[in-house]
Amino acid sequence: MAEPFIIAENLSYTYTDDEGDSTEALKNVSFTVNSGEYVAVLGHNGSGKSTLAKLLNVILTPSGGSLTVGGHKIHADMSEDDVFEVRRDVGMVFQNPDNQLVATIVEEDVAFGPENLGIPRDEIRMRVDDALKTVGMYEHRGAQPHRLSGGQKQRVAIAGVIAMMPKCIVFDESTAMLDPRGRAEVMANIRKLNDDFGITVLHITHYMDEAVMADRIIVVNDGEIYRDGTPKEVFCDVEGLRRVGLDVPQGRELLYELSECGIEFDDNPIDIENCAKLILEKFGAQK
Amino acid sequence: MIKDVTLGQYFVGNSLLHRADPRAKLLFAVLYIVVLFFAKSAASFAFALAFTVAMIIISGVPFKSVIRAVKPLAFIILFTAVLNVFWTTGEKLLFEWKFIHIYEEGVIFALYMAVRIILLVVGMSVALTYTTTPIALTDGIEELLNPLKKLKVPVHDFAMMMTIAMRFIPTLIEETDKIMDAQKARGADFESGGLVKKAKALIPILIPLFVSSFKRADDLAIAMECRCYRGGEGRTKLKQLRYGKCDVVLLMLAAVFVSGIILCNIYLPYFSI
Repeated sequence: MAEPFIIAENLSYTYTDDEGDSTEALKNVSFTVNSGEYVAVLGHNGSGKSTLAKLLNVILTPSGGSLTVGGHKIHADMSEDDVFEVRRDVGMVFQNPDNQLVATIVEEDVAFGPENLGIPRDEIRMRVDDALKTVGMYEHRGAQPHRLSGGQKQRVAIAGVIAMMPKCIVFDESTAMLDPRGRAEVMANIRKLNDDFGITVLHITHYMDEAVMADRIIVVNDGEIYRDGTPKEVFCDVEGLRRVGLDVPQGRELLYELSECGIEFDDNPIDIENCAKLILEKFGAQK
Repeated sequence: MIKDVTLGQYFVGNSLLHRADPRAKLLFAVLYIVVLFFAKSAASFAFALAFTVAMIIISGVPFKSVIRAVKPLAFIILFTAVLNVFWTTGEKLLFEWKFIHIYEEGVIFALYMAVRIILLVVGMSVALTYTTTPIALTDGIEELLNPLKKLKVPVHDFAMMMTIAMRFIPTLIEETDKIMDAQKARGADFESGGLVKKAKALIPILIPLFVSSFKRADDLAIAMECRCYRGGEGRTKLKQLRYGKCDVVLLMLAAVFVSGIILCNIYLPYFSI
């Protein structure tokens, strides 16, 4: 099972603007993501995390090093068919829900991907219905996208990717423009795709609470990998994360602040519930 | 809110005209227009009028909405009619004053022309825009123009552009709303002043709207590519247009219309032109 799906070796990417000035967005980055893994990529704005996402889907091609996605090596001279194969395997959900829906009716939008793959009509019908049921938007299949809420639109976008049956889905800050409720809806769906369908998930975000849900977190800073580990490992380093402009989840932060005041805890939980339990135990015991 | 505008003039319903295949309706509309130009006698026009009224009743579109479709054309209709009254020459002189000569033929011709334009507009809106969703219309046009693909006409691309345009109309309207609010909050004034001032006031709306539209277009293009879009080739479709019973009925209606007009022209040639 633990086959590597994404292998990056010394991967780098340099943007060059019209005046010839170049910016290194990614510098010698190396990592692997296994099939079926749920990886969160954290980083503040301009850290290079979105560049990483664009490389995975051949929107950009590496300027240096090597990148292999699902067995396809990604480079600048790929044939159109090879690019097509990579995109068939790697779906992408973007930030702005409005700018990624193509059709005027929900179900036709979900069908857009499978239609492009040239799948027979009956199967498209099945895939569209299944995908819409998975994200809980089946009853809205005849709706017009502009009448839906942000979270609903984003779920339609996810359904559109699921219907293509990719092996991996990259969420490029897909929750950034949503309200808390929309975010919760989308997060539940991402978790489900990983748990129930075994889809490899790469979730690019700057919300710490979302990153906690991943199996593994990669922290990107200034085009380099700053940390790579389980959420617990990564969030233990409160000071380090602050140095690269990131926060830690609130519960973890409270524990950290308390320990700064000299109150020691034996465990380092990261989710709110366990943090609350730990604090309660500690102060309950002192009474 | 402006957000609630319906696309086009589509009138929700489930009539025969609503259920018919858009391709059939397009062909029907073309036939209707052509035949309308063959109408020559009073009886043919009366028949065409009756037929069109019957179409409105079948479609279930209220007469009020139909009249609203004709209203903007009132000036053109009047203008054409007047022009025809003064410029048509014939045998029976009705009225003469200095250089103005009005002939009976002119009056009849003008009348026919007016009726013809009104029927054209009404027929087209009832058969197409009022009873067909814009998306179905686009699909229908794409299917009908399919043979042109052999001549390298990018039919699919045009249809795709139409669909995307329709998809983004409500989004852009919403955005215009937001920008207007934002500019009002900065003290912009859209209501007062003359035409020039009002037009100038639109610039601070149009520029941000333009910029964001380009951004959207860019985003959408990337999103479409990511979903494996590479043009019309090798694409399948979720919804295939299919001819059904309604289309047979529509075909029969068309046959009735054609033969009705021709018969009236031949056997009831009163006031023919």
